Amino acid sequence: MKRFIGFVKKEFLHIFRDYLTMIILFGIPAVLVLLFGFVISTELKDARVAFLDLSNDGTTHRISEKICSSGFFKRGASLDSFDDIESALRSGKARAVVVFGNDFERNLIREGRATLSVITDGSEPNVATQTTTFISAIVAGFNADLAGSDSPGTLLVQPEVRMFYNPLMKSQFMFVPGLITMIMIMICALMTSITLTREKEFGTMEALLASPLKPVQIILGKVVPYFFLSLIDAILILLLSWWVFGLTVKGSLILLLAEVMLYILMSLSLGILISSKAKNMQQAIFGTLVGGMLPTVLLSGFIVPIDSMPEIYQWISAVLPPRYFVVILKNIMIKGTGFLFIWKETLILLLFTTGFIALSLRSFKTRLQ
Amino acid sequence: MEENIISVRNLVRKFGSFTANDNLSFDVRKGEIFGFLGANGAGKTTAVRILCGLSKPTSGEVKIAGFDIYRETEKIKRNIGYMSQRFSLYEDLTVAENIQLYGGIYGLPNRLIREKQAELLNRLGMTDVRNKLIAGLPLGWKQKLAFSVAILHDPKIVFLDEPTGGVDPIARRQFWEMIYETASGGTTIFVTTHYMDEAEYCDRISIMSEGKIVALDTPAALKRIYQAPSVEEVFVKIARPSKSLL
Repeated sequence: MKRFIGFVKKEFLHIFRDYLTMIILFGIPAVLVLLFGFVISTELKDARVAFLDLSNDGTTHRISEKICSSGFFKRGASLDSFDDIESALRSGKARAVVVFGNDFERNLIREGRATLSVITDGSEPNVATQTTTFISAIVAGFNADLAGSDSPGTLLVQPEVRMFYNPLMKSQFMFVPGLITMIMIMICALMTSITLTREKEFGTMEALLASPLKPVQIILGKVVPYFFLSLIDAILILLLSWWVFGLTVKGSLILLLAEVMLYILMSLSLGILISSKAKNMQQAIFGTLVGGMLPTVLLSGFIVPIDSMPEIYQWISAVLPPRYFVVILKNIMIKGTGFLFIWKETLILLLFTTGFIALSLRSFKTRLQ
Repeated sequence: MEENIISVRNLVRKFGSFTANDNLSFDVRKGEIFGFLGANGAGKTTAVRILCGLSKPTSGEVKIAGFDIYRETEKIKRNIGYMSQRFSLYEDLTVAENIQLYGGIYGLPNRLIREKQAELLNRLGMTDVRNKLIAGLPLGWKQKLAFSVAILHDPKIVFLDEPTGGVDPIARRQFWEMIYETASGGTTIFVTTHYMDEAEYCDRISIMSEGKIVALDTPAALKRIYQAPSVEEVFVKIARPSKSLL
């Protein structure tokens, strides 16, 4: 045991002494969280608003002018029909569409009330909410002006959120589970496969194998530091998202950490497997990027929802462990569900872990013989 | 002196249909410097890896320090030291950290590691650089340090796999002085090398060719048998690759 502790200590020294490793371990996760967070919850400024003005009268002109001169919005295209709304939002030419119905001014004068609709894109929930709130506020200001004028009346804002790309209303914190999934596999799989192949490449692995340390001890000794550092990383991401963006975990924290540990184990065993096959560091890095990072980013449902992928990608996604971890995290963090809802995914991760370990043990043995 | 510390009988190691070690049999006596020579690809490294417990033979009997290679690898590893041509030091650790690491891996008590470290640094004249990273040391120093680390746990046998590759003649000379000193303390030295002048320093040498041991004796006896002025000539006479290649 004392031998083992000395060996683990050496591994920590490697990590703490290499500033690149430290940056990958702690710098990149922090930057990613802040970057994703701020990109998503950026303040509304100069967002383009398109108008569908079916009345085209003095009042609608005054309202649209007021919206566009508020500093939050810029005037976008003027649409001709309801059919144009979707394409304007989809193409990103407009963040929101304001619709004035027929006889807007007349309704306002005759009935003392008129309704305008604000249509926003639900795939960017933050922008959608803010746009609706701001336009409502601007219209409320207009109402106040009207009250003091000779033709008092009330304008009503009817917000309407259209869901494009994102039929289920996503939380604005959807990026955190995806980010944890990506960062964990990056650190665990990439770093372990690099550190193990580095020993091979520098010839120090032979000296270790010729020593009384058992192969299992060598691998564990190399992996244990990364287990703890990854766990610290996961906690760091959660804390950052909480401090900076106010994300709170809805479900059980203990369950969350347990699942994170399972996922770390899975990623570590993937890293060990890759390093047992790779001959040098380039192969290891390439293997981890292609086998771990890319599929995680593209196919785990982090960026593109799995349901909207072509069927073949859905099948590929089914054999990628990160996909299940994203589901687990979303359930615990955002929906707040318990273990009963995620035991299947947990079991799948467990199976992947044992599979990876069994495979790497086998390839390690054949190499020794 | 006549006690055999390594005993190899009919060692065979095959990789698929290729036979890397073809029926090797030899003994190494306690306290001797045994040179293991052979052209590139003759099967030296394969044999050394087997003797160190890094890989298993296909068949044959091997005893290292009285322990069986199949069943007692643990005990063998505790009793041998190993230094490869790549020195096995960690470049991003300091001199002292490398010593402590290997001392720890071999299970030496902390107090003993401290004593040995002080003594070793003093002997190598490296006390001043003990907190410097290995990466900044000259090759000759690394080599001496690697050797000292390999014998830190007082092994009965130390395996040196082409230990002098890439260092200058003076450093090589100093290195061999260290080897002599260690051997005179009763440690057996098993060394593979390309340098034929180094082979002259050995008590006995074996020459491998195409997986077989083709000669094994003292350098003086080999020179007499093959009527050659130097071990180098002996080597050229017997260890050249198969005639079909010429």
